[in-house]
Amino acid sequence: MRRCGHLFTIALALAAAVLGPVPVGAQTTVGVSATEIKIGNTNPYSGPASAYGTIGKAIGAYFKKVNDEGGVNGRKINYISYDDGYSPPKTVEMVRKLVEQDQVAALFQTLGTPPNSAIHKYVNQQKVPHLFVATGATKWNDSQNFPWTMGFQPNYQTEGRVYAAHLLKNHPSAKIGILYQNDDYGKDYLKGFEDGLGEAGRKMIVLKQSYEVTDPTIDSQIVNLKNSGATVFFNVTIPKFAVQAIKKTHDIGWKPVHYLNNVSSSLATVLKPAGLEASKDLITALYMKEVTDPQWRNDKGFTEWVAFMKKYYPEGALDDQSNAYGYNAAILMVQVLKQCGNDLSRENIMRQAANLKNVELPLLLPGVKVNTSPTDFAPIEQEQLAKFNGEKWEVFGELFDAFRKH
Amino acid sequence: MSTSRLPRLLGLLALLAVACALPFALSNFRLFQFSQVYIYAIAILGLNMLTGYNGQFSLGHGAFYAVGAYVSAIMMDRWNVAYGWTIPVAGVLCLIIGFLFGLPALRLEGLYLALATFSLALAVPQILKYFEHWTGGSQGIVLTKPSAPFGLRLTPDQWLYFVTLAVLVLLFWLGANLLKGRVGRAIVAIRDNHIAAEAMGIDTALYKSLVFGVSAAYTGVAGALSASVIAFVAPDSFNVFLSVTLLIGSVIGGLASISGAVFGALFIQFVPNWAQDISKAAPWAIFGIFLIAFMYLMPFGIAGGIRRLWIRVAGAPVQGEGRGVSSPAHTTTRMEESS
Repeated sequence: MRRCGHLFTIALALAAAVLGPVPVGAQTTVGVSATEIKIGNTNPYSGPASAYGTIGKAIGAYFKKVNDEGGVNGRKINYISYDDGYSPPKTVEMVRKLVEQDQVAALFQTLGTPPNSAIHKYVNQQKVPHLFVATGATKWNDSQNFPWTMGFQPNYQTEGRVYAAHLLKNHPSAKIGILYQNDDYGKDYLKGFEDGLGEAGRKMIVLKQSYEVTDPTIDSQIVNLKNSGATVFFNVTIPKFAVQAIKKTHDIGWKPVHYLNNVSSSLATVLKPAGLEASKDLITALYMKEVTDPQWRNDKGFTEWVAFMKKYYPEGALDDQSNAYGYNAAILMVQVLKQCGNDLSRENIMRQAANLKNVELPLLLPGVKVNTSPTDFAPIEQEQLAKFNGEKWEVFGELFDAFRKH
Repeated sequence: MSTSRLPRLLGLLALLAVACALPFALSNFRLFQFSQVYIYAIAILGLNMLTGYNGQFSLGHGAFYAVGAYVSAIMMDRWNVAYGWTIPVAGVLCLIIGFLFGLPALRLEGLYLALATFSLALAVPQILKYFEHWTGGSQGIVLTKPSAPFGLRLTPDQWLYFVTLAVLVLLFWLGANLLKGRVGRAIVAIRDNHIAAEAMGIDTALYKSLVFGVSAAYTGVAGALSASVIAFVAPDSFNVFLSVTLLIGSVIGGLASISGAVFGALFIQFVPNWAQDISKAAPWAIFGIFLIAFMYLMPFGIAGGIRRLWIRVAGAPVQGEGRGVSSPAHTTTRMEESS
C-alpha cells in the first residue's frame, strides 16, 4: 500500500519534472495512493456522549456517496472511524492507531473538547492535519501555536458576543438575568457575553444563576431571576433544561426579552416540548438551517440532504440536527481535497484547508460562508439572529461576523 | 522447595527478558498499548488484592485511579515536579484515602460495599470539576510527555514502556511477597471465614482497612503512570465505565491470582479493539460475547484456566502460585456465597 503511494509520488514527480517546475520543500505524503486517500476520525459511538455518534455515521455516509460518484480527483475516500466512547485515553490510543498504524493522510471531525485536547499536542508534533474538529471551544483557532489543528463551527464565545451586541443596541437600559450550566460550555458563553457587554454593560447584569447538569430541575433559579427584576433573560442551557426554563418562565408570567443559546434552538427537541406559545419571541443566533423548521421544507440544500439521508443513511433521524452538521462538515472536507488537486501531501492539505474562500455549504444559513486564511483557523464565524414567531425561526438584522469585530 | 522454585524463577526471568526486548521489536504505537497493559495490570492487581484475596467488592477503583492520575498531573503542571516523584506520592496519598474509606466500609459487606464504592466512582468525576482551579475543570490538564533522561537514545514511548515495566515488576514482587506470607494468609482467612479468622487472633478490622489502603495505593500508582503515558487528564477519562472495566479485568484474568492481573489487563486492553474490528455496528455486543465465552470456558479466569490446563498436561498439581491460598474452586464458591 505504502509502496504504491511512493511509486505514485515518484511518477507524479517525474510527470511534473517534464511538465513544469517541481515545488521545492520537504513534503510528506502519507495515506495516499493512486486510487484512494485515507481520512481518520474518532467519534463516541458508545458511552455517555453516544448521541453525537450519528455525526460520524453521517460523514461516512456522505463519503460513500462521493465514492459512488467516482471519488475526488479519481481517488476514493477511505474513511476510518473508531469509537472512543468520549474517553480521552481511548481517543489518544485510537488516534495513534490512525496515525501510526493505519497511516491516514489527515484527521477530520474528531469529536469532543476533552478528546481533542488529549491529542492536540500529539497531532501537532506529528504534523498531521487535524481538520474541522467537532467542538465549540475557542482554543482550536490558534494557527500560531497549533498550525495543524483547525476548528469548524462558530464558538460559544462568538455567539455570546452576538447577543451582547444586539442587547446593547436595542435594550441599553435593561436589567439582565443569566442562567448558565456550570461548566466550560456555560462559562464560555458567559465570557463571550460579558466581553461583548464591556465594562459598563456588565453592570446591567443583576443576577447570575447556575445549575449542574445533574440537577433535576431549574425552577427555583427561574423564580429567583424573575424576582430580581430582570427584564432580559440570557438562557444558556442544554435542551433538557431549556424546555424547563421556557415553560417555567411562561407559567410564572415573567416576560423578559429572552435570548436562548443556539445549542437549544431545535424545534423538535426544545420548542415543541416547551410549547410553541411559550416559545414565542425567543431570540437565538443561528448559523445552520434548523432541519425541523418548516420554512426550509422546499429549500434546495435541505431537499438534497433529505434525499441523501434516505439513500445513504436511512437509519439516521431526519429531525436530528447532528446529521445535518456532519453532512456540512463532510462536504467541506471534500472541498479541501478537491482544492488539493493531485498534491495530497499533508502540507498541502493544511495549506488548502487554510485557503477556503467564501465556500457555501448546503445547510448553512443563506449568506453564511466558510472562510479561512493562514492566520484564521475558524472556518464558520458568521451568525444571524432569529426570532421565533410561534411557528418558525425568522432571521432578522444582518449577519454578525466575529472576525470583522463589530 | 528450591527444586520446584528454580524452573519458575527461570520462566519469570525469560518472560522479563522478552518484555525488555519488546521495545526494540515493536512500533511505538504497540509499545504505548503495552504500557497501558502494564498500567492496567498494576491497577487490577490492586483490585484483586481487595476483591480476589480479601473478598471485598469494589466497583469504585476508577476513583482511586483518577486520584492517582490527578495528583501526578497537578504536581507536574503546578509545581513542575518530575513525573518520577509524583508516582510514589500518588501511591501514598491513595493508601491514606483508601485506608480511611476502608474504615466505614467495614460495616458493609458484599453487594452493599459494591454499591458504596460505586458511589465513589460516580462522584469523583464531578468533584474533579468542582475544584476547577486545580484540576482545570472538564477541560482537564494537558501534560508534556516525559522523554528519556541521561541522553538515552530511546523514544518517549520506549522510555515510558521501561518505566511502567519497572514499576510493574517492583509492585508485583512486593505484592507477591505480601500475599504469600503470613499477612496474605490472614487476608485470605478473613475472606474464607471471618469469624474463624477472628477466633485465630487476626485483627480483621485492621487487616480489611489495610488491604483497602494497599489496594487503592496500587490503583493510584497505576493512575499516576497513566497521566504520563497519556499526557492528559480530564474527568471524562475516569468515568464509571473505568471501574467496571477494572473489575472485568480482575475477574476475567483470575480472582486471587497474581499472574491473572496481567491476563486481565491484556483482555481489557485488546478485546474491545478486536470487537470493534469484527463489528463496527455492535462492538459492545461482540465484547459481551467474548466476556460470556471466557467466563463459560474459564470459570476461574484465564490464570485459573491455564493452571488447570497445566495440571492436565503435566499430570500433577503445580507448586508456586496460589500456595497458601485456597483452591480457585473454593474461591468461586465463596464469591457466590457473599453475593
